[in-house]
Amino acid sequence: MTDLLAARTQMAISLGFHIVFAEIGIAMPLMMVLAEWRWRRTGERAYLDLARRWAKGTAVLFAVGAVSGTVLSFELGLLWPGFMRFAGPLIGMPFSLEGFAFFLEAIFLGVYLYGWERVGPRAHLAAGVVVAASGAASAVFVVLVNAWMNAPTGFTLDAAGGFATIDPIGAMQSPAAFQQALHMLLAAYAATGLAVAGVHAWMLLRGAAPDFHRRALGIALLVGAPAAVLQPLSGDLSARVVALTQPVKLAALEGQWSTERGAPLRIGGWPDEAREETRWALEIPYGLSLLAFHDPAAEVTGLRAVPRADRPPVAVVHLAFQTMVALGSAMALVSLWAGWVAWRRRNHTGERWLLTDQRWLLRALVFVAPFGFVATEAGWIVTEVGRQPWVVQGLMRTSDAVTPMPGLVVPMVLFTVLYLGLGAIVATLIASLVRETARASA
Amino acid sequence: MAIDAVGLPEVVAAIMVLALNAYALTGGADFGGGMWDLLARGPRRDAQRALIASQIGPIWEANHVWLILVVVVLFTAFPAAFAALSTVLHVPLSLMLVGIVLRGSSFVFRSYGARDDASQQRWGRVFAMASVLTPLVLGTIVGAIASGAAGDAALRLPATVGGVPPSFVSVFVAPWLAPFPLALGVLALAMFAFLAAVYLALAAPEPALRDDFRRRALGAAAAMFLAAFGALGIARVWEPEVVGALMQGRSLAFQGITAVAALTALWAIWSRRWQLARLAAAAQVSLILCGWVLVQQPYVVPPMLTVRDAAAPTITLELLLAALAAGAVILVPALVYLFRTFAAERRAR
Repeated sequence: MTDLLAARTQMAISLGFHIVFAEIGIAMPLMMVLAEWRWRRTGERAYLDLARRWAKGTAVLFAVGAVSGTVLSFELGLLWPGFMRFAGPLIGMPFSLEGFAFFLEAIFLGVYLYGWERVGPRAHLAAGVVVAASGAASAVFVVLVNAWMNAPTGFTLDAAGGFATIDPIGAMQSPAAFQQALHMLLAAYAATGLAVAGVHAWMLLRGAAPDFHRRALGIALLVGAPAAVLQPLSGDLSARVVALTQPVKLAALEGQWSTERGAPLRIGGWPDEAREETRWALEIPYGLSLLAFHDPAAEVTGLRAVPRADRPPVAVVHLAFQTMVALGSAMALVSLWAGWVAWRRRNHTGERWLLTDQRWLLRALVFVAPFGFVATEAGWIVTEVGRQPWVVQGLMRTSDAVTPMPGLVVPMVLFTVLYLGLGAIVATLIASLVRETARASA
Repeated sequence: MAIDAVGLPEVVAAIMVLALNAYALTGGADFGGGMWDLLARGPRRDAQRALIASQIGPIWEANHVWLILVVVVLFTAFPAAFAALSTVLHVPLSLMLVGIVLRGSSFVFRSYGARDDASQQRWGRVFAMASVLTPLVLGTIVGAIASGAAGDAALRLPATVGGVPPSFVSVFVAPWLAPFPLALGVLALAMFAFLAAVYLALAAPEPALRDDFRRRALGAAAAMFLAAFGALGIARVWEPEVVGALMQGRSLAFQGITAVAALTALWAIWSRRWQLARLAAAAQVSLILCGWVLVQQPYVVPPMLTVRDAAAPTITLELLLAALAAGAVILVPALVYLFRTFAAERRAR
């Protein structure tokens, strides 16, 4: 394994690990605040129970997210000092703002978790709102940096390829900024909301404490389902930006080799990089031109337009993209199903507790529970691997950014083992918290 | 330092030092708490551990963010320094990160995981050991920077000079695995243990527990004294230029002030004036940190990069300063609120 590949693997594992906890850190506080708010409004004890139990899980998951995020901020320099020396002054701004957002998140999470009896009811609820809001803000700031790497703005270049002038505010206004931030936020709410909904749906199927779990299911779906339904639309916005700013990435995620007008949309298939063709795909005529440019005759750039050295690993990107789209679509469909059932019930019977006797719907919710996190990982592979060989699209190659330190396979293995261990422990701990909930509320 | 020598880069560097100092006084003390968890013994062993956990619990995550702020300011305002340091200090920085990850996660695993003794002990052990490892490595990193060894190594990197590449050990190991950096690692450990013991004595709900931490504070003060003079002795042999800088007129006066703070802290602990002890202990640690800054200014990475050399373009520094100012307006009241909320609880008990 080359040092470059080891560095990329370590970064991928660190990000892939952190992103799960980051998503939970965005959405879980919102759910816990909604539960507490319902308790304050209705006085129903189950909601208080729910808020406290969700807060416990949040405490564990947030801490792991915070420390793995710290690792990432150092890894920017440990692995990519060339990138940071080059881009630090330009993209430091969103990172600094993220620092403050993270500060607020940590401060008010402390108040929330340890302050149930120490601050007033309004202050407690407000602390939770601050945690939820600053978690979302953190994510937006970090994604602004990634958007800049995909579609860099806010500078002029000198003859040697360095920055002649820089505009850090302009760098926060990448054409990909809004679309990527929206996509990430929706992903966080959809993935976490539906994962939690799946857990409580499973409890309901087992017949455990329906009063508790249907309230939990209601809030989880309130957060997750609308996001899951909106996510395909946000994905369409993102794809159109990619089509304009990163045509080679678009070609890779669609397995499009030749530049053509009226390009088809490929579902499935395997891009063969040696023969430069995508085989066994279901092709929908004009589909790609329509989706990417909203014009069936639009020209789509193919991978052959750039030398092999400038192409990302096509098969990985295509596969990851198909996975993300498939899982996201399933989540949207199940969410629509849940929404339709809820709407019909409310209109026809005026019943308050929806869904809970729809066993097939509950089973579907259990089935799609892990989809959001898998789709997130796949989406992150699409945006990161799809940009290769560039770390900053068109400006800096990943190979020019990597540290000169040899033997990078050692830290890569070290952090992989560390994260595998941590992941296993967190999973066990969360599972035991869930079991405890099942017992206590049974 | 002449007045014209204080420009934007110096102001931003000063803010970075303030943030690092805040990290030492808050996050550092959290690590110190972990050390006292490891060393908890006697009839009140469980009460000691419970006090430490209750003191760290609500605030450690907020305290930890100071370190992130330091890193972000470093790479935004002094990107060349960040790149050089994180390249040559890759190994100790990675070790420190492992310590940070294990400390934070084991603490929540212990707080929220299984209540049985075996798991409590297991996570307590990991938490305590990571709390020792992390400051040890952090101090070592500071020593490698202060001694100029890290900067020297960065200058020797194959990327910066052509010809025969220097050996792995000479660039990536020797700068920090050396007597002086390790001595500073021990000093950092003693400093954080000292801060934690003083804070814990102040927070202790009953006299016997308070006395436990009083004894520990006195012991840590002695350890700190030994570590500081040990580091000085080592520096005489291995880093004569550091000693030279420490013994210059202004620096020497500064050492005098530090000594006054140290003696005040010691007297206050001895005579159980806990509010004063906390103030003096914090002042002492801050002054030691400022002493380091004074010795190595105007360098951010001696002898490679001065604050000026490493500084980002003016527009970046201006915007960063604006962001830091705006952030402080929100951050300071929030932090005050956090500490007040949990300090009130202390008094109530």
